[in-house]
Amino acid sequence: MTTLHYLKLERDGAIATVFLHRPKQLNALNMALMDELVATLEELDNDDAIRAIVLTGDQRAFAAGADIMEMADADSTEMLRRDQFAKWDRIRKLKKPLIAAVSGFALGGGCELMMHCDMVIASETAQFGQPEIKIGVMPGAGGTQRLTRTVGKARAMEMVLTGKFIGAKQAEAWGLVNRVVPVEVYLTEAQKLAHEIAQMSPVAVRLAKEAVLKNYESFLLDGLEFERKNFYLLFSTEDQKEGMQAFIEKRPAKFTGK
Amino acid sequence: MYETILYERTDAVLKITLNRPDRFNAFNAQMHKELADAFKNAAKDDEVRSVILTGAGKAFCSGQDLKEVKDDPNTSLADRLRKNYNPNIMRVRELEKPVICAINGVAAGAGMSLAMACDLRIASEQVTMLQAFVNVGLVPDTGSTWVLPRLLGYHKAFEICSTGRPIKAEEALKLNLVDEIVAHDQLESFTLELATKYASAPTKAIGAIKRALNKASAVSLEEALDYEAYLQDILGQTEDYREGVSAFNEKRKPNFKGR
Repeated sequence: MTTLHYLKLERDGAIATVFLHRPKQLNALNMALMDELVATLEELDNDDAIRAIVLTGDQRAFAAGADIMEMADADSTEMLRRDQFAKWDRIRKLKKPLIAAVSGFALGGGCELMMHCDMVIASETAQFGQPEIKIGVMPGAGGTQRLTRTVGKARAMEMVLTGKFIGAKQAEAWGLVNRVVPVEVYLTEAQKLAHEIAQMSPVAVRLAKEAVLKNYESFLLDGLEFERKNFYLLFSTEDQKEGMQAFIEKRPAKFTGK
Repeated sequence: MYETILYERTDAVLKITLNRPDRFNAFNAQMHKELADAFKNAAKDDEVRSVILTGAGKAFCSGQDLKEVKDDPNTSLADRLRKNYNPNIMRVRELEKPVICAINGVAAGAGMSLAMACDLRIASEQVTMLQAFVNVGLVPDTGSTWVLPRLLGYHKAFEICSTGRPIKAEEALKLNLVDEIVAHDQLESFTLELATKYASAPTKAIGAIKRALNKASAVSLEEALDYEAYLQDILGQTEDYREGVSAFNEKRKPNFKGR
Protein backbone atom coordinates (compact mmCIF):
# COMPACT_ATOMS: atom_id res chain seq x y z
CA MET A 1 0.00 0.00 0.00
CA THR A 2 1.14 3.51 -0.78
CA THR A 3 1.82 5.56 2.34
CA LEU A 4 -0.50 8.54 2.31
CA HIS A 5 0.75 12.05 3.12
CA TYR A 6 -1.50 14.14 0.93
CA LEU A 7 -4.54 11.91 0.71
CA LYS A 8 -6.99 10.23 3.00
CA LEU A 9 -8.72 7.00 2.10
CA GLU A 10 -11.99 5.60 3.37
CA ARG A 11 -13.51 2.28 2.43
CA ASP A 12 -17.16 1.46 2.77
CA GLY A 13 -18.10 -1.96 1.44
CA ALA A 14 -17.54 -2.01 -2.29
CA ILE A 15 -16.67 1.65 -2.63
CA ALA A 16 -13.62 3.69 -1.70
CA THR A 17 -13.47 7.44 -1.17
CA VAL A 18 -10.19 9.21 -1.81
CA PHE A 19 -9.83 12.66 -0.22
CA LEU A 20 -7.32 15.15 -1.58
CA HIS A 21 -5.86 16.44 1.66
CA ARG A 22 -3.66 19.52 1.61
CA PRO A 23 -6.27 21.75 3.28
CA LYS A 24 -3.97 24.72 3.88
CA GLN A 25 -3.08 24.83 0.18
CA LEU A 26 -6.72 24.33 -0.89
CA ASN A 27 -5.62 20.88 -2.07
CA ALA A 28 -3.24 22.29 -4.69
CA LEU A 29 -1.94 19.37 -6.72
CA ASN A 30 1.81 19.14 -6.23
CA MET A 31 3.78 16.37 -7.90
CA ALA A 32 4.08 14.28 -4.75
CA LEU A 33 0.31 14.38 -4.26
CA MET A 34 -0.24 13.34 -7.85
CA ASP A 35 2.21 10.43 -7.45
CA GLU A 36 0.31 9.30 -4.40
CA LEU A 37 -3.04 9.78 -6.07
CA VAL A 38 -2.17 7.82 -9.19
CA ALA A 39 -0.66 4.99 -7.17
CA THR A 40 -3.65 4.86 -4.81
CA LEU A 41 -6.20 4.91 -7.61
CA GLU A 42 -4.36 2.11 -9.41
CA GLU A 43 -4.25 0.04 -6.24
CA LEU A 44 -7.99 0.50 -5.78
CA ASP A 45 -8.51 -0.29 -9.44
CA ASN A 46 -6.73 -3.61 -8.90
CA ASP A 47 -8.53 -4.36 -5.64
CA ASP A 48 -11.29 -6.91 -6.27
CA ALA A 49 -13.24 -5.75 -3.22
CA ILE A 50 -13.68 -2.26 -4.70
CA ARG A 51 -16.16 -1.62 -7.49
CA ALA A 52 -16.40 2.18 -7.63
CA ILE A 53 -14.24 5.07 -6.44
CA VAL A 54 -15.21 8.55 -5.25
CA LEU A 55 -12.61 11.32 -5.52
CA THR A 56 -13.16 14.43 -3.42
CA GLY A 57 -11.47 17.31 -1.61
CA ASP A 58 -13.14 19.21 1.21
CA GLN A 59 -15.91 21.80 1.43
CA ARG A 60 -13.69 24.76 0.56
CA ALA A 61 -11.95 23.19 -2.38
CA PHE A 62 -11.89 20.13 -4.55
CA ALA A 63 -8.49 21.34 -5.73
CA ALA A 64 -7.48 24.92 -6.39
CA GLY A 65 -4.98 24.06 -9.12
CA ALA A 66 -1.45 22.86 -9.61
CA ASP A 67 1.28 23.86 -7.21
CA ILE A 68 2.61 27.00 -8.93
CA MET A 69 5.70 27.17 -6.70
CA GLU A 70 6.92 23.89 -8.15
CA MET A 71 7.00 25.10 -11.71
CA ALA A 72 7.50 28.87 -11.51
CA ASP A 73 11.21 28.64 -12.24
CA ALA A 74 11.25 25.72 -14.67
CA ASP A 75 12.11 26.29 -18.34
CA SER A 76 10.53 24.39 -21.20
CA THR A 77 13.37 21.83 -21.40
CA GLU A 78 12.89 21.11 -17.72
CA MET A 79 9.11 20.80 -18.18
CA LEU A 80 9.61 18.41 -21.12
CA ARG A 81 12.01 16.37 -19.06
CA ARG A 82 9.58 16.21 -16.15
CA ASP A 83 6.62 15.54 -18.41
CA GLN A 84 4.58 15.68 -15.22
CA PHE A 85 1.24 15.30 -16.93
CA ALA A 86 2.15 11.93 -18.47
CA LYS A 87 1.16 10.19 -15.25
CA TRP A 88 -2.31 11.77 -15.40
CA ASP A 89 -2.97 9.41 -18.33
CA ARG A 90 -2.98 6.58 -15.83
CA ILE A 91 -6.11 8.08 -14.25
CA ARG A 92 -7.73 8.10 -17.67
CA LYS A 93 -6.95 4.40 -17.99
CA LEU A 94 -8.62 3.26 -14.76
CA LYS A 95 -11.12 0.48 -15.36
CA LYS A 96 -13.43 1.20 -12.47
CA PRO A 97 -15.86 4.09 -12.39
CA LEU A 98 -14.43 7.21 -10.81
CA ILE A 99 -16.89 9.79 -9.45
CA ALA A 100 -15.82 13.29 -8.45
CA ALA A 101 -17.58 14.94 -5.50
CA VAL A 102 -16.84 18.65 -5.85
CA SER A 103 -17.39 21.53 -3.44
CA GLY A 104 -15.74 24.95 -3.53
CA PHE A 105 -12.92 25.52 -6.02
CA ALA A 106 -12.18 23.21 -8.91
CA LEU A 107 -9.67 25.37 -10.71
CA GLY A 108 -6.91 24.78 -13.24
CA GLY A 109 -5.45 21.35 -12.52
CA GLY A 110 -8.34 20.79 -10.09
CA CYS A 111 -10.90 21.28 -12.85
CA GLU A 112 -8.81 19.09 -15.15
CA LEU A 113 -8.58 16.34 -12.55
CA MET A 114 -12.34 16.53 -12.10
CA MET A 115 -12.78 16.15 -15.86
CA HIS A 116 -10.69 12.97 -15.71
CA CYS A 117 -13.48 11.48 -13.60
CA ASP A 118 -16.40 9.65 -15.20
CA MET A 119 -19.14 11.54 -13.37
CA VAL A 120 -19.33 14.62 -11.18
CA ILE A 121 -21.63 15.50 -8.29
CA ALA A 122 -21.21 19.16 -7.34
CA SER A 123 -22.26 21.20 -4.35
CA GLU A 124 -24.10 24.48 -4.85
CA THR A 125 -20.94 26.28 -3.75
CA ALA A 126 -18.72 24.76 -6.43
CA GLN A 127 -16.81 27.01 -8.81
CA PHE A 128 -15.03 25.88 -11.93
CA GLY A 129 -12.39 27.54 -14.04
CA GLN A 130 -9.20 27.31 -16.06
CA PRO A 131 -7.42 30.46 -14.85
CA GLU A 132 -3.95 29.53 -16.21
CA ILE A 133 -4.11 32.36 -18.77
CA LYS A 134 -3.92 34.86 -15.94
CA ILE A 135 -0.45 33.65 -15.04
CA GLY A 136 0.82 33.62 -18.59
CA VAL A 137 0.29 29.95 -19.42
CA MET A 138 -2.54 27.63 -20.47
CA PRO A 139 -4.15 24.42 -19.26
CA GLY A 140 -1.80 21.47 -19.66
CA ALA A 141 -3.62 18.45 -18.24
CA GLY A 142 -6.48 18.21 -20.66
CA GLY A 143 -8.29 21.46 -19.87
CA THR A 144 -8.43 22.75 -23.42
CA GLN A 145 -9.47 19.34 -24.76
CA ARG A 146 -11.95 17.93 -22.27
CA LEU A 147 -13.60 21.27 -21.56
CA THR A 148 -14.12 21.94 -25.26
CA ARG A 149 -15.50 18.46 -25.79
CA THR A 150 -17.94 18.90 -22.90
CA VAL A 151 -19.14 22.50 -23.04
CA GLY A 152 -18.47 23.35 -26.69
CA LYS A 153 -15.92 25.57 -28.42
CA ALA A 154 -17.31 29.05 -27.70
CA ARG A 155 -17.78 28.48 -23.97
CA ALA A 156 -14.48 26.66 -23.55
CA MET A 157 -12.71 29.41 -25.47
CA GLU A 158 -14.06 32.12 -23.19
CA MET A 159 -13.18 30.20 -20.05
CA VAL A 160 -9.68 29.37 -21.27
CA LEU A 161 -8.89 32.82 -22.71
CA THR A 162 -10.27 34.90 -19.84
CA GLY A 163 -9.77 32.55 -16.90
CA LYS A 164 -13.24 33.44 -15.62
CA PHE A 165 -14.93 31.03 -13.24
CA ILE A 166 -18.38 29.56 -13.64
CA GLY A 167 -20.74 28.58 -10.83
CA ALA A 168 -22.36 25.25 -10.13
CA LYS A 169 -25.63 26.05 -11.85
CA GLN A 170 -23.85 27.11 -15.03
CA ALA A 171 -21.70 23.98 -14.91
CA GLU A 172 -24.81 21.86 -14.62
CA ALA A 173 -26.52 23.64 -17.52
CA TRP A 174 -23.38 23.18 -19.64
CA GLY A 175 -23.08 19.47 -18.88
CA LEU A 176 -19.82 19.73 -16.97
CA VAL A 177 -21.39 18.06 -13.93
CA ASN A 178 -24.16 15.49 -13.51
CA ARG A 179 -26.06 17.44 -10.88
CA VAL A 180 -25.84 20.09 -8.23
CA VAL A 181 -26.96 19.35 -4.68
CA PRO A 182 -26.82 21.22 -1.36
CA VAL A 183 -23.33 21.49 0.12
CA GLU A 184 -24.25 19.26 3.07
CA VAL A 185 -24.87 16.24 0.85
CA TYR A 186 -22.58 16.45 -2.21
CA LEU A 187 -20.26 13.78 -0.87
CA THR A 188 -22.96 11.39 0.34
CA GLU A 189 -24.79 11.79 -2.97
CA ALA A 190 -21.60 10.85 -4.84
CA GLN A 191 -21.13 7.89 -2.52
CA LYS A 192 -24.73 6.80 -3.07
CA LEU A 193 -24.13 6.89 -6.81
CA ALA A 194 -20.97 4.83 -6.32
CA HIS A 195 -22.88 2.26 -4.23
CA GLU A 196 -25.58 2.07 -6.86
CA ILE A 197 -23.04 1.33 -9.59
CA ALA A 198 -21.18 -1.08 -7.29
CA GLN A 199 -24.25 -3.31 -7.31
CA MET A 200 -24.12 -3.82 -11.07
CA SER A 201 -22.14 -6.55 -12.75
CA PRO A 202 -18.52 -5.38 -12.52
CA VAL A 203 -17.73 -6.88 -15.90
CA ALA A 204 -20.60 -5.07 -17.56
CA VAL A 205 -19.66 -1.82 -15.79
CA ARG A 206 -16.08 -2.12 -16.96
CA LEU A 207 -16.92 -2.81 -20.57
CA ALA A 208 -19.63 -0.13 -20.62
CA LYS A 209 -17.26 2.48 -19.19
CA GLU A 210 -14.68 1.49 -21.78
CA ALA A 211 -17.24 1.90 -24.55
CA VAL A 212 -18.36 5.37 -23.39
CA LEU A 213 -14.73 6.44 -23.17
CA LYS A 214 -14.09 5.08 -26.67
CA ASN A 215 -16.51 7.69 -27.91
CA TYR A 216 -15.38 10.47 -25.57
CA GLU A 217 -11.70 9.90 -26.18
CA SER A 218 -11.72 9.53 -29.94
CA PHE A 219 -9.98 12.65 -31.27
CA LEU A 220 -9.10 13.52 -27.68
CA LEU A 221 -5.73 11.83 -27.45
CA ASP A 222 -3.98 13.77 -30.23
CA GLY A 223 -5.30 16.96 -28.71
CA LEU A 224 -4.00 16.05 -25.26
CA GLU A 225 -0.48 15.62 -26.57
CA PHE A 226 -0.69 18.81 -28.56
CA GLU A 227 -1.87 20.74 -25.54
CA ARG A 228 0.83 19.31 -23.32
CA LYS A 229 3.58 20.34 -25.78
CA ASN A 230 2.17 23.87 -26.01
CA PHE A 231 1.98 24.09 -22.25
CA TYR A 232 5.64 23.06 -21.86
CA LEU A 233 6.61 25.47 -24.65
CA LEU A 234 5.21 28.41 -22.71
CA PHE A 235 7.85 27.86 -20.06
CA SER A 236 10.40 29.41 -22.41
CA THR A 237 8.55 32.77 -22.26
CA GLU A 238 9.13 35.75 -20.01
CA ASP A 239 5.37 36.04 -19.59
CA GLN A 240 5.21 32.65 -17.86
CA LYS A 241 7.96 33.71 -15.42
CA GLU A 242 6.28 37.05 -14.80
CA GLY A 243 2.81 35.51 -14.53
CA MET A 244 3.77 32.90 -11.98
CA GLN A 245 5.98 35.29 -10.02
CA ALA A 246 3.13 37.80 -9.89
CA PHE A 247 0.81 35.02 -8.67
CA ILE A 248 3.24 34.07 -5.90
CA GLU A 249 3.64 37.73 -4.91
CA LYS A 250 -0.14 38.23 -5.12
CA ARG A 251 0.07 41.14 -7.56
CA PRO A 252 -1.34 41.61 -11.08
CA ALA A 253 0.93 40.32 -13.84
CA LYS A 254 2.35 42.57 -16.55
CA PHE A 255 2.63 40.68 -19.82
CA THR A 256 4.96 41.85 -22.60
CA GLY A 257 4.42 39.09 -25.14
CA LYS A 258 8.01 37.90 -24.81
CA MET B 1 -14.79 49.84 13.92
CA TYR B 2 -17.31 50.95 11.29
CA GLU B 3 -17.76 54.55 10.10
CA THR B 4 -21.01 54.35 8.17
CA ILE B 5 -22.94 51.60 9.93
CA LEU B 6 -23.54 50.38 13.46
CA TYR B 7 -23.10 46.71 14.26
CA GLU B 8 -24.65 45.73 17.57
CA ARG B 9 -25.26 42.21 18.75
CA THR B 10 -27.42 41.62 21.81
CA ASP B 11 -27.63 37.92 22.63
CA ALA B 12 -28.65 36.24 19.38
CA VAL B 13 -30.07 39.35 17.69
CA LEU B 14 -27.80 41.40 15.47
CA LYS B 15 -28.82 44.92 14.58
CA ILE B 16 -27.19 46.60 11.61
CA THR B 17 -27.96 50.31 11.31
CA LEU B 18 -27.20 52.39 8.24
CA ASN B 19 -25.57 55.35 9.90
CA ARG B 20 -25.07 58.38 7.69
CA PRO B 21 -28.07 60.34 8.96
CA ASP B 22 -26.82 63.68 7.56
CA ARG B 23 -26.94 62.09 4.07
CA PHE B 24 -30.21 60.23 4.76
CA ASN B 25 -28.11 57.06 4.95
CA ALA B 26 -27.25 57.22 1.25
CA PHE B 27 -24.95 54.50 -0.05
CA ASN B 28 -21.33 55.31 -0.69
CA ALA B 29 -18.43 52.96 -1.36
CA GLN B 30 -17.48 52.88 2.31
CA MET B 31 -20.96 51.88 3.40
CA HIS B 32 -21.07 49.07 0.84
CA LYS B 33 -17.73 47.79 2.08
CA GLU B 34 -18.86 47.90 5.68
CA LEU B 35 -22.19 46.26 4.90
CA ALA B 36 -20.38 43.50 3.04
CA ASP B 37 -18.20 42.94 6.07
CA ALA B 38 -21.19 43.01 8.42
CA PHE B 39 -23.15 40.46 6.38
CA LYS B 40 -20.09 38.21 6.21
CA ASN B 41 -19.70 38.41 9.99
CA ALA B 42 -23.39 37.75 10.48
CA ALA B 43 -23.05 34.59 8.38
CA LYS B 44 -19.95 33.39 10.20
CA ASP B 45 -21.04 34.15 13.76
CA ASP B 46 -23.01 31.16 15.07
CA GLU B 47 -24.25 33.26 17.98
CA VAL B 48 -26.24 35.43 15.57
CA ARG B 49 -29.62 33.88 14.83
CA SER B 50 -31.59 36.84 13.51
CA VAL B 51 -30.73 40.18 11.96
CA ILE B 52 -32.44 43.59 12.02
CA LEU B 53 -31.53 46.07 9.30
CA THR B 54 -32.56 49.69 9.90
CA GLY B 55 -31.51 53.30 9.39
CA ALA B 56 -30.36 56.02 11.79
CA GLY B 57 -32.24 59.31 11.92
CA LYS B 58 -35.15 60.26 9.70
CA ALA B 59 -34.58 58.06 6.65
CA PHE B 60 -34.07 54.35 6.12
CA CYS B 61 -31.93 54.87 3.05
CA SER B 62 -32.10 57.37 0.22
CA GLY B 63 -30.27 55.20 -2.31
CA GLN B 64 -27.01 56.06 -4.04
CA ASP B 65 -25.21 59.14 -2.69
CA LEU B 66 -25.37 61.30 -5.82
CA LYS B 67 -22.63 63.52 -4.50
CA GLU B 68 -20.27 60.56 -4.69
CA VAL B 69 -21.23 59.97 -8.31
CA LYS B 70 -20.54 63.62 -9.09
CA ASP B 71 -17.17 63.55 -7.33
CA ASP B 72 -16.09 60.34 -9.01
CA PRO B 73 -17.45 60.40 -12.57
CA ASN B 74 -14.89 57.83 -13.74
CA THR B 75 -16.50 54.85 -12.04
CA SER B 76 -19.22 53.58 -14.35
CA LEU B 77 -22.67 52.98 -12.94
CA ALA B 78 -22.43 49.34 -13.99
CA ASP B 79 -19.17 48.94 -12.07
CA ARG B 80 -20.74 50.45 -8.97
CA LEU B 81 -23.59 47.95 -9.18
CA ARG B 82 -21.51 44.90 -9.94
CA LYS B 83 -18.86 45.66 -7.37
CA ASN B 84 -20.91 47.15 -4.53
CA TYR B 85 -24.65 46.77 -4.69
CA ASN B 86 -25.20 43.38 -6.29
CA PRO B 87 -22.91 41.32 -4.05
CA ASN B 88 -24.58 42.78 -0.95
CA ILE B 89 -28.05 41.90 -2.22
CA MET B 90 -26.81 38.34 -2.76
CA ARG B 91 -25.35 38.33 0.76
CA VAL B 92 -28.74 39.21 2.24
CA ARG B 93 -30.48 36.57 0.15
CA GLU B 94 -27.88 33.91 0.91
CA LEU B 95 -27.54 34.66 4.62
CA GLU B 96 -29.11 31.59 6.23
CA LYS B 97 -30.68 33.64 8.99
CA PRO B 98 -33.81 35.79 8.92
CA VAL B 99 -33.19 39.43 7.97
CA ILE B 100 -35.88 41.80 9.22
CA CYS B 101 -35.94 45.26 7.73
CA ALA B 102 -37.17 47.94 10.12
CA ILE B 103 -38.04 50.64 7.61
CA ASN B 104 -37.92 53.75 9.77
CA GLY B 105 -38.32 56.42 7.10
CA VAL B 106 -37.85 57.12 3.43
CA ALA B 107 -36.68 54.15 1.38
CA ALA B 108 -35.80 55.50 -2.03
CA GLY B 109 -34.15 53.93 -5.07
CA ALA B 110 -31.61 51.32 -4.07
CA GLY B 111 -32.69 51.91 -0.45
CA MET B 112 -36.10 50.52 -1.35
CA SER B 113 -34.43 47.70 -3.27
CA LEU B 114 -32.41 46.76 -0.20
CA ALA B 115 -35.55 46.69 1.94
CA MET B 116 -37.23 44.41 -0.63
CA ALA B 117 -34.28 42.00 -0.44
CA CYS B 118 -34.92 41.40 3.26
CA ASP B 119 -37.06 38.50 4.48
CA LEU B 120 -39.54 40.57 6.45
CA ARG B 121 -40.29 44.26 6.04
CA ILE B 122 -41.77 46.15 8.97
CA ALA B 123 -42.54 49.80 8.26
CA SER B 124 -43.17 52.80 10.43
CA GLU B 125 -46.48 54.47 9.59
CA GLN B 126 -44.43 57.49 8.45
CA VAL B 127 -42.61 55.59 5.73
CA THR B 128 -42.49 56.67 2.12
CA MET B 129 -41.07 54.39 -0.52
CA LEU B 130 -40.22 55.23 -4.07
CA GLN B 131 -38.50 53.83 -7.10
CA ALA B 132 -36.79 57.15 -7.61
CA PHE B 133 -34.55 55.99 -10.44
CA VAL B 134 -36.74 57.21 -13.30
CA ASN B 135 -36.77 60.70 -11.80
CA VAL B 136 -33.10 61.02 -12.75
CA GLY B 137 -33.48 59.09 -16.00
CA LEU B 138 -32.35 55.66 -14.77
CA VAL B 139 -33.83 52.18 -14.49
CA PRO B 140 -34.53 50.53 -11.11
CA ASP B 141 -31.56 48.47 -9.96
CA THR B 142 -30.26 46.51 -6.97
CA GLY B 143 -32.84 43.83 -7.70
CA SER B 144 -35.99 45.92 -7.96
CA THR B 145 -36.80 44.91 -11.54
CA TRP B 146 -36.65 41.28 -10.38
CA VAL B 147 -38.56 41.51 -7.15
CA LEU B 148 -41.28 44.05 -8.01
CA PRO B 149 -43.02 42.20 -10.85
CA ARG B 150 -43.01 39.11 -8.61
CA LEU B 151 -44.61 41.06 -5.79
CA LEU B 152 -46.94 43.27 -7.74
CA GLY B 153 -47.43 41.72 -11.15
CA TYR B 154 -46.10 43.38 -14.28
CA HIS B 155 -48.50 46.29 -14.59
CA LYS B 156 -48.33 47.64 -11.06
CA ALA B 157 -44.55 47.21 -11.09
CA PHE B 158 -44.40 49.18 -14.32
CA GLU B 159 -46.57 51.94 -12.90
CA ILE B 160 -44.45 52.30 -9.76
CA CYS B 161 -41.14 52.13 -11.58
CA SER B 162 -42.13 54.41 -14.44
CA THR B 163 -43.65 57.18 -12.31
CA GLY B 164 -41.15 57.13 -9.45
CA ARG B 165 -44.02 58.35 -7.29
CA PRO B 166 -43.95 58.21 -3.51
CA ILE B 167 -45.86 55.34 -1.92
CA LYS B 168 -47.10 55.91 1.61
CA ALA B 169 -47.06 53.22 4.26
CA GLU B 170 -50.69 52.27 3.95
CA GLU B 171 -50.51 51.74 0.19
CA ALA B 172 -47.22 49.87 0.61
CA LEU B 173 -48.98 47.45 2.94
CA LYS B 174 -51.88 47.01 0.56
CA LEU B 175 -49.48 46.32 -2.31
CA ASN B 176 -47.48 43.83 -0.26
CA LEU B 177 -44.35 45.98 -0.36
CA VAL B 178 -44.23 45.74 3.43
CA ASP B 179 -45.49 43.04 5.77
CA GLU B 180 -46.65 45.19 8.63
CA ILE B 181 -47.11 48.85 9.58
CA VAL B 182 -46.56 49.97 13.15
CA ALA B 183 -46.69 53.32 14.94
CA HIS B 184 -43.41 55.17 14.42
CA ASP B 185 -42.43 55.07 18.10
CA GLN B 186 -43.24 51.35 18.24
CA LEU B 187 -41.05 50.30 15.31
CA GLU B 188 -37.95 49.56 17.31
CA SER B 189 -39.63 47.53 20.04
CA PHE B 190 -41.86 45.71 17.54
CA THR B 191 -38.99 44.59 15.33
CA LEU B 192 -36.84 43.70 18.33
CA GLU B 193 -39.59 41.48 19.65
CA LEU B 194 -39.99 39.85 16.26
CA ALA B 195 -36.24 39.36 15.89
CA THR B 196 -36.04 37.90 19.39
CA LYS B 197 -38.74 35.42 18.50
CA TYR B 198 -36.80 34.40 15.39
CA ALA B 199 -33.63 34.14 17.46
CA SER B 200 -35.09 31.12 19.22
CA ALA B 201 -36.39 29.52 16.01
CA PRO B 202 -34.71 26.45 14.50
CA THR B 203 -32.19 28.56 12.57
CA LYS B 204 -31.10 25.79 10.21
CA ALA B 205 -34.71 25.34 9.12
CA ILE B 206 -35.09 29.09 8.59
CA GLY B 207 -31.92 29.04 6.48
CA ALA B 208 -33.24 26.12 4.45
CA ILE B 209 -36.54 27.94 3.93
CA LYS B 210 -34.62 30.88 2.45
CA ARG B 211 -32.59 28.57 0.25
CA ALA B 212 -35.65 26.75 -1.07
CA LEU B 213 -37.68 29.92 -1.65
CA ASN B 214 -34.74 31.64 -3.35
CA LYS B 215 -34.55 28.73 -5.72
CA ALA B 216 -38.27 28.40 -6.30
CA SER B 217 -38.52 31.19 -8.84
CA ALA B 218 -35.92 29.57 -11.05
CA VAL B 219 -36.88 25.90 -11.09
CA SER B 220 -39.72 23.58 -12.08
CA LEU B 221 -42.05 21.98 -9.55
CA GLU B 222 -40.24 18.70 -10.10
CA GLU B 223 -36.88 20.25 -9.23
CA ALA B 224 -38.37 22.05 -6.24
CA LEU B 225 -39.81 18.78 -4.93
CA ASP B 226 -36.45 17.10 -5.30
CA TYR B 227 -34.68 19.98 -3.58
CA GLU B 228 -37.11 19.82 -0.66
CA ALA B 229 -36.19 16.16 -0.24
CA TYR B 230 -32.49 17.02 0.01
CA LEU B 231 -33.15 19.79 2.52
CA GLN B 232 -35.43 17.61 4.60
CA ASP B 233 -32.72 14.98 4.85
CA ILE B 234 -30.22 17.61 5.97
CA LEU B 235 -32.59 19.07 8.57
CA GLY B 236 -33.58 15.59 9.73
CA GLN B 237 -30.07 15.31 11.13
CA THR B 238 -30.12 18.52 13.16
CA GLU B 239 -30.38 18.73 16.95
CA ASP B 240 -33.30 21.12 16.54
CA TYR B 241 -35.31 18.53 14.63
CA ARG B 242 -34.78 15.97 17.39
CA GLU B 243 -35.71 18.60 19.98
CA GLY B 244 -38.78 19.64 17.96
CA VAL B 245 -40.06 16.08 17.72
CA SER B 246 -39.38 15.36 21.42
CA ALA B 247 -41.11 18.56 22.47
CA PHE B 248 -44.10 17.70 20.30
CA ASN B 249 -44.35 14.21 21.78
CA GLU B 250 -43.88 15.50 25.31
CA LYS B 251 -46.39 18.29 24.71
CA ARG B 252 -43.98 21.04 25.74
CA LYS B 253 -42.40 24.07 24.04
CA PRO B 254 -39.26 23.23 22.06
CA ASN B 255 -35.98 24.78 23.05
CA PHE B 256 -34.19 25.26 19.72
CA LYS B 257 -30.44 25.88 19.68
CA GLY B 258 -29.92 26.73 16.03
CA ARG B 259 -27.94 23.53 15.49
